[in-house]
Amino acid sequence: MAILIDQDTKVICQGFTGAQATYHMERAIAYGTQVVGGVVPGKGGRKHLGLPVFDTVAEAVSATGADASAIFVPPASAAGAMLEAIEAELPLLVCVTERIPVLDMVRVKRRLTDANTRLIGPNSQGIIAPGRCKIGVMPAHLERKGKIGIVSRSASLTSEVVEQTTAARLGQSTSLGIGGDPVYGMGFVDCLELFFADPETHGVILVGEIGGSAEEEAAKFLKAHAAPKPVTAYVAGLHAPKERRMGHAGTVNVFGKGGAAEKIEALKSAGAHIAVSPADIGDTMRRALAR
Amino acid sequence: MNLHEHQAKALLRDYGIPMTDGVNVETPAQAALAAESLGGGAWAVKAQIHAGLRQKAGGVRMVSSPEEARTTAAELLGSSLVTPQTGPGGKTVKSVYVERAVGYAREVYLAALVDRSAGRVALIAAQEGGDNIEDWVEEDPARLLRLVVDPDEGVDRDAGLALAKCLGLEDAQAKQALEIMMATYKAFNDLDASLIEFNPLVVNTAGDLLALDAKIVLDDNALFRHQDLEALRDEDEVDPTELEAKRFELNYVKLAGNIGVMVNGAGLALSTIDLLKAQGGEPADFMDVRPEATRDQIAGGFGLLLKNPKVEAVLVNIYGGGILRCDTVAEGIAAACRQADSKVPLIVRAAGTNGDLARKILVGQGISVDFADTVSEAVDKAVRAAKAGGR
Repeated sequence: MAILIDQDTKVICQGFTGAQATYHMERAIAYGTQVVGGVVPGKGGRKHLGLPVFDTVAEAVSATGADASAIFVPPASAAGAMLEAIEAELPLLVCVTERIPVLDMVRVKRRLTDANTRLIGPNSQGIIAPGRCKIGVMPAHLERKGKIGIVSRSASLTSEVVEQTTAARLGQSTSLGIGGDPVYGMGFVDCLELFFADPETHGVILVGEIGGSAEEEAAKFLKAHAAPKPVTAYVAGLHAPKERRMGHAGTVNVFGKGGAAEKIEALKSAGAHIAVSPADIGDTMRRALAR
Repeated sequence: MNLHEHQAKALLRDYGIPMTDGVNVETPAQAALAAESLGGGAWAVKAQIHAGLRQKAGGVRMVSSPEEARTTAAELLGSSLVTPQTGPGGKTVKSVYVERAVGYAREVYLAALVDRSAGRVALIAAQEGGDNIEDWVEEDPARLLRLVVDPDEGVDRDAGLALAKCLGLEDAQAKQALEIMMATYKAFNDLDASLIEFNPLVVNTAGDLLALDAKIVLDDNALFRHQDLEALRDEDEVDPTELEAKRFELNYVKLAGNIGVMVNGAGLALSTIDLLKAQGGEPADFMDVRPEATRDQIAGGFGLLLKNPKVEAVLVNIYGGGILRCDTVAEGIAAACRQADSKVPLIVRAAGTNGDLARKILVGQGISVDFADTVSEAVDKAVRAAKAGGR
């Protein structure tokens, strides 16, 4: 088992006919992902990559039985695409779109609170269960089916971690990016819960960075629930350039100070194994598992 | 995107936020005229720069005659104002906002922002406003009150009144505060703001609430639907190199060190800088190449790094991924190096998609490169090259 997706996950793509979507969905199909169609308003009835295109998510779902959507819609209409998919009660959305207005995401997040849909992203590289399913834009040549769950706020650092866990012969059960935007769907805590419950996952790697309070919330969760599996954490940005600010920054940071040092301290005190360098994440996980 | 106080006030006045009258001027003579036309016996002359904490730095001055407004404006205009938020270079004052002075009994703090942990807009308030907020907020963040707003419901009346009460505002003042909160929330949504801040919001001697200062930061990602607000952009407030980097769609922040850094992805860039600092290196910049970057954008960005006279070594750390490929980066770097005829030591770590091809391209085009296999090796080499004096 992986979390959220497996070999039977049926995937549609919103914004299917765009250049980026075409490039990445072709690769997803080649990887073995069950892509069953796409949604592009006004292009219903056509074929793309040999698959049916629908005008609406609801039509696509009823015709294909899809249970996940890869969202490659441009920023101005991305929120609308997500809301449509939530309305159609799709269980899983993966949004790779960058630069979505934050207040659009506030509206999407509000709808998610009383829906049965999970959202990964936006501004996410996606999710992959090695050898079974890949939804997103990550390269897939380094992933190997294995026992580490990876959840990350940074796409580029995820590649490093995947490479290291593959080299250490640990492999990955599932690897996903929760995205780098201020308001987003699934967080570290949601993913930790799923990884802890997943028998295939033996350890979890959490990759964080400065800003927000996702790492502090993860630490709080780890403190409250005795972690059944080792958790390794790396947080980037100890020496980040100071943000130039207009307002009184204390207010902006008050819900989690947002600094890397505080995040590392919180995770450490919650029992996470801290990797000091991005090059040591795989080794730190290996040592934690050997204990 | 940051707005000036006078721009923020012009926008917020339309939402019914109470404030005193003012005029933005660019010459001392206009300042005197403004004071006269505004009337009254006392005025504030306020430097318009994109930074807070102006008061302590002498950027907000009280005057009691139009003549004094003129001389004060003459001192401020063209001067460089340094506040804890401007950086050591300060910011040049190009205009001053002349405003009728307000006598007040109390000052409180009120702001609206996106509360990341709630994923919603929140109103933030404190009993004490003014520049001093920075002194206590770090130690005692619990003194900041927060009201998270449900986007389906808007500002809840009872919760807003309760917040006002916590600020020590009762009856008519509490109702005024609630109206201000509602107007601020509406403006926040209409304008696609990421911050609206009144510091301070004062209770004047007549007992009415007034916004003495106002700040707005707009969400850059939403400007596509606000062409009218785009016109308020003040490019003089942005570092020229950063402006140029923006043309190449690169995330770039200039830093004080001597090692130029180019990385793909913000997380990897942050961790590269962390490693550099841990090894005693000093980054000259933070440059994050977006996945969709083209050869020409990378060449442009790399050219910016080479143009920085402080740079004694350049470190490139690229992990080729789903979209960005190492060969695209190599082509861009090669083009920039040839154009600049650079002698600066160049350390490249190119892993992931087409990493080997990137090496071949750089070697094939005769660019002198010290290659590294891992981040740690690349960082070591860059720190040593910079210490050896680079070119």
